[in-house]
Amino acid sequence: MNAQHDQDDRRVPPDAVGDRVEDAADAAEGARVIRLDTARRGAAGHDGEPSDERSKGPSLERRIASGLAFLRHRLAGEYEVDEFGFDPELNATVLLPAARALFRHWFRTELLGLEHVPSQGPALVVANHSGTLPLDGLMLTVAMHDHLGRDLRLLGADLIYQVPLLGHLSRKAGHTLACPSDAARLLDKGELVGVFPEGFKGVGKPFAERYRLQRFGRGGFVETALRTGAPIVPCAIVGAEEIYPKIADLRPLARLLGLPYFPITPTWPLLGLAGLVPLPSKWMIQFGEPMTLAEYGPEAADDPMTVFNITDHVRETIQQMVYDTLLRRGPAFF
Amino acid sequence: MPTAAARVVLVTGVSRFLGARVASTLQADPGIERVIGVDTVPPTTPLGRTEFVRVDIRTPSIAKVIASARVDTVVHLSLVTAQSVPRSKVKELNVIGTMQLLAACQRSPDMRKLVVRSSAAVYGSSPMDPAVFTERDEPVEAPAHGYAKDAVEVEGYVRGLQRRRSDLTVSVLRFVNFLGPGVDSPFTRYLRMPVVPTVLGFDPRLQFVHEDDGIEVLRRMTVEDHPGTFNVAGDGVLLLSQALRRAGRPFLPMPAQSLSVLGDMGRRFAGQTGFSPELLRLLMYGRVVDTSRLVAELSWRPKHSTEAAFAEFLSAHGMGQPGPLGLLERLGSALVRH
Repeated sequence: MNAQHDQDDRRVPPDAVGDRVEDAADAAEGARVIRLDTARRGAAGHDGEPSDERSKGPSLERRIASGLAFLRHRLAGEYEVDEFGFDPELNATVLLPAARALFRHWFRTELLGLEHVPSQGPALVVANHSGTLPLDGLMLTVAMHDHLGRDLRLLGADLIYQVPLLGHLSRKAGHTLACPSDAARLLDKGELVGVFPEGFKGVGKPFAERYRLQRFGRGGFVETALRTGAPIVPCAIVGAEEIYPKIADLRPLARLLGLPYFPITPTWPLLGLAGLVPLPSKWMIQFGEPMTLAEYGPEAADDPMTVFNITDHVRETIQQMVYDTLLRRGPAFF
Repeated sequence: MPTAAARVVLVTGVSRFLGARVASTLQADPGIERVIGVDTVPPTTPLGRTEFVRVDIRTPSIAKVIASARVDTVVHLSLVTAQSVPRSKVKELNVIGTMQLLAACQRSPDMRKLVVRSSAAVYGSSPMDPAVFTERDEPVEAPAHGYAKDAVEVEGYVRGLQRRRSDLTVSVLRFVNFLGPGVDSPFTRYLRMPVVPTVLGFDPRLQFVHEDDGIEVLRRMTVEDHPGTFNVAGDGVLLLSQALRRAGRPFLPMPAQSLSVLGDMGRRFAGQTGFSPELLRLLMYGRVVDTSRLVAELSWRPKHSTEAAFAEFLSAHGMGQPGPLGLLERLGSALVRH
């Protein structure tokens, strides 16, 4: 399953970059498949991760010594965090590698249309949300970090920040609360911001409704994009729907625990903790052409009708991309 | 048209650290004719040419001081944040004291300017907070306890005065925790505990302002005209875990409930200050404020970042890196040498 990442003869039509995704056949030719190994090598240099050393085969002593030096430096608190609590070093060396294993070997994620994501400057990546547990956010973060060299700053639900441990880990990974002022502040700093406008409605929808986009919140992301002038990059994530197929929901228990839902999947809670292992579905993440809202101007953010129309347009675009990518992927698990 | 320069300045809370430092800075300014310091207790350090008047600002006698000395600028610094005094008394000092003081200011025809020390605690601390508070933001959950609630009420009374006396220049300063060699606050006492308890599963973002920067801001607000509300903080952010690692303090994460029980026991039996609900919330959710309005208004940036203020606090109290880290270093270098 992992061999395909190392193949060098992937389809790379050099002239077909930037095609608008109209139908599945078109998309199959138009999108570019990024070879994971080459892109990864580029990203490793970016975050100063010691993977280069490993390939040269340094002595065991030296590796232990550098590990100790890292540990010392962490224990002394000699690192920087930004005002959102983002700790890039911890993120690149501890949090991302675990997610990267899932990304490469378990979900065998393929990226399409990565050239549509700006390599610098502010942008708002808007994606569909699914999977019962929000692993799609994690995988999108790995994709952006490893293949674009950018840290994706996700906007999360306030529930995350009320839960011990999850709240501060999420901040250390660079994410923050979904509120207009945080989104605008990140975009003003030129960051790449990710948002799942469906929220809990999307991530917790039953398996029967898979790949059907839910309502897009109140369109707050469009208002922010209009105010800051950041382009919206539509993104379709295919594969996350099958990782924990939610076949039922224990509402009373969810209410008792203060959760938005309590899922029943074929393996959870039947197999206990083993039920938390996601099913190894095949993932594809496709990015569409950036939508610039420059023609509207910032004052359009105060016109609800314009905001609704743009929100609907973005939603339809992503829905179409999801269907196209779903056709391209074929069977869910192999 | 009133002249911008302050002539007679009244400083409240002059017997405490911040008041004494501000008074001594202001009296060095030759443009200021008189500096009058008031407090309920006599000052512990000599005040120089500052005239000390022992008066309780909770009584109308403060009005007599303001009227007889023809005070034109009031620097109100006596917000009590400590927990060593009983809560009902603190509230009286903070809220009733401010009401009397503002009533006296409203009456006085000579009044030109009011500078109020408030606290960033007015924003509260909650998981629903935006990552960074600007002066325009309202608290998501208004503080319901302690001096944070007092500060909210004080700001409310100051706004009331502003409506009634629109000719006054009013500056409200929302300071984050002061830190530096001379500061003694609930937070510095917390950091100096032999084993520092933290809240399990939470790692708040903190900001500090160095005492020198805080005093410089207060001085500028007093001698120059900068009306408005301003956040005051050093640049940058420290996580609590990071700060404690830099301090080399052993820390013990424990559930929030046990922490407040421990705080109560410490207060009852060991004469410590305990953990106030607002400190506990700060230790869970943290708080970060945006200082760009202050920087733009003063064309000046605090000289000490949050990190630098913390480092200076550490060196002043002889805290720093402990032994185990040195051991790690030696182990590492020994491995490389082979």
